[in-house]
Amino acid sequence: MEKHELVVIGGGPAGLAAATTAANAGIECLLIDEQANPGGQIYRAVGTIPEQRASLLGPDYNYGRKLVDQFNQSSASYLPGTTLWNLNSQREIGILRDGKASLMSADRIIIATGAMERPVPFPGWTLPGVMSAGAGQILLKSSGLIPAQGVVLAGVGPLLLLLAWQYLHAGVKIHAILDMSPAGNIWRALPHLPGALLAHHYILKGLRYQLQLKLAGVKFFSGVTEFHAVGGDTLEAVEFTHRGGRKRIDTHLLLSHFGVIPDSHLSRCAGCDHTWDANQLCWRPVADKWDNSSVDGIAIVGDGSGIGGAVAARHAGRIAGFEAARAFGRINAAERDAAARKDQGWMRDDLRVRPFLEARFHPPAELLSAPPDETVVCRCEEINAGAIRTAIHAGHKDANQVKFLTRCGMGPCQGRQCDNAVSQIVARELGDKKMISGGYRIRPPIRPLTIEQLAGLEIE
Amino acid sequence: MPVFRRLNEPESRWVEIHIDGQPTQAREGDSVAAALLAAGLRSCRTTPISGAPRAPFCMMGVCYECLVEIDGVPNRQSCQITVQEGMQIRRQIGVSEGYN
Repeated sequence: MEKHELVVIGGGPAGLAAATTAANAGIECLLIDEQANPGGQIYRAVGTIPEQRASLLGPDYNYGRKLVDQFNQSSASYLPGTTLWNLNSQREIGILRDGKASLMSADRIIIATGAMERPVPFPGWTLPGVMSAGAGQILLKSSGLIPAQGVVLAGVGPLLLLLAWQYLHAGVKIHAILDMSPAGNIWRALPHLPGALLAHHYILKGLRYQLQLKLAGVKFFSGVTEFHAVGGDTLEAVEFTHRGGRKRIDTHLLLSHFGVIPDSHLSRCAGCDHTWDANQLCWRPVADKWDNSSVDGIAIVGDGSGIGGAVAARHAGRIAGFEAARAFGRINAAERDAAARKDQGWMRDDLRVRPFLEARFHPPAELLSAPPDETVVCRCEEINAGAIRTAIHAGHKDANQVKFLTRCGMGPCQGRQCDNAVSQIVARELGDKKMISGGYRIRPPIRPLTIEQLAGLEIE
Repeated sequence: MPVFRRLNEPESRWVEIHIDGQPTQAREGDSVAAALLAAGLRSCRTTPISGAPRAPFCMMGVCYECLVEIDGVPNRQSCQITVQEGMQIRRQIGVSEGYN
């Protein structure tokens, strides 16, 4: 079996920074990435993007080039286009590359799998023409594709504003921006504003985007509820309640977004302890101050250990690189502390905006845990919210039992799209405020494998 | 009329792919899913349960809505695979035999 000192999983800011730092400390390091090029989702295609397209995305995006350059100059090796289907507590890794499965192992693992958009089921979200806002941004970054006939942006979170601003500069017609965050969020966020002002560039950026969009005549609707995507074979319109009245906007494209959550399938598969984060409304791994998980030799950095954004992720990556150097005896604890101090300070400063953002963009509880009965929750197996509630009230008291009965979470996405929703529906129906009933158990293979691929494994 | 259009980037290089047998130009570096959307396709498959049409949703490999047949291999994540000259892409329409 192929063996490495350190394997870093994920090529976004956290993974790139961790691999670069560890390699520069003399550790033999391999970075495995699902994508074809380094950068993660945030700096997607940053190494290959045409200048004109890059200029639409703004200076924050272009910072990614520096991270990629530093990584390329380090001695770390790179395995792109590679999917992981297993990680266990013995740090054995199952990979899938060019359609062939194989195994490797490492003395130490740094998981930097980052974030995914929070999947929120709403009526009509399976219609062609409905995509996530992140998907829209990936199409822009990777392929230079923009909406041709206009777009509605809807949901909760700063990405909606950023994408709208990028689209505005690309000449896209924005029919409307629908904000579903509850009106009370503003008041809940206010106490966190003084802290957030210590990282005020984020707040100013958001205000500037909003102002420019309003000056350009883009319509904003706030306090939107009872949101539906409607159509036959494809999306035709969105319908929603605004200020007590029902509204309809015709559109062929809806990009929805409800914030981001850690992509925790791999860390859960490895058996790392996770806990429910009531502010971020997601499972996050339990970690010490050096981002070591509960499993020996596995650290989890960046958005995968709780949402902190790209800047915090790159500092966390470097800190984990120094910790890896200590774990391998390249430096001692005092040297690690000294090396990490600056990044810890910068990360702390950057994270000051988070409590404000989490309160301001906290999605409404009804949206996450009380979708209407007819709403498809499990997109793969087409299980609706009514069937899930029926299962719960028939005595299935956690997400796994609901899964066994209904098959929700058993399709090709393996629960990535319905896990969060199902566990929150269960908790709401049972009055389980602390989410004790838990999420799905994640077992390998965490990506679909064919029998041929499994049979082709070389096991020593 | 397609839902997406390309930015005008004159320096682009192109490859020829086939969608359900029809030759189409895709931009070098496109994911297969992006190429399908750019070609004006509204959906890439139907579900094996109800036969409902589906299209790429997340574009980052976590939703599995963009599954298509590529060069004879079914159920491939088209958002994760880069187009290659001569690639044969087929939409997955209908319930596969023996599924239910």
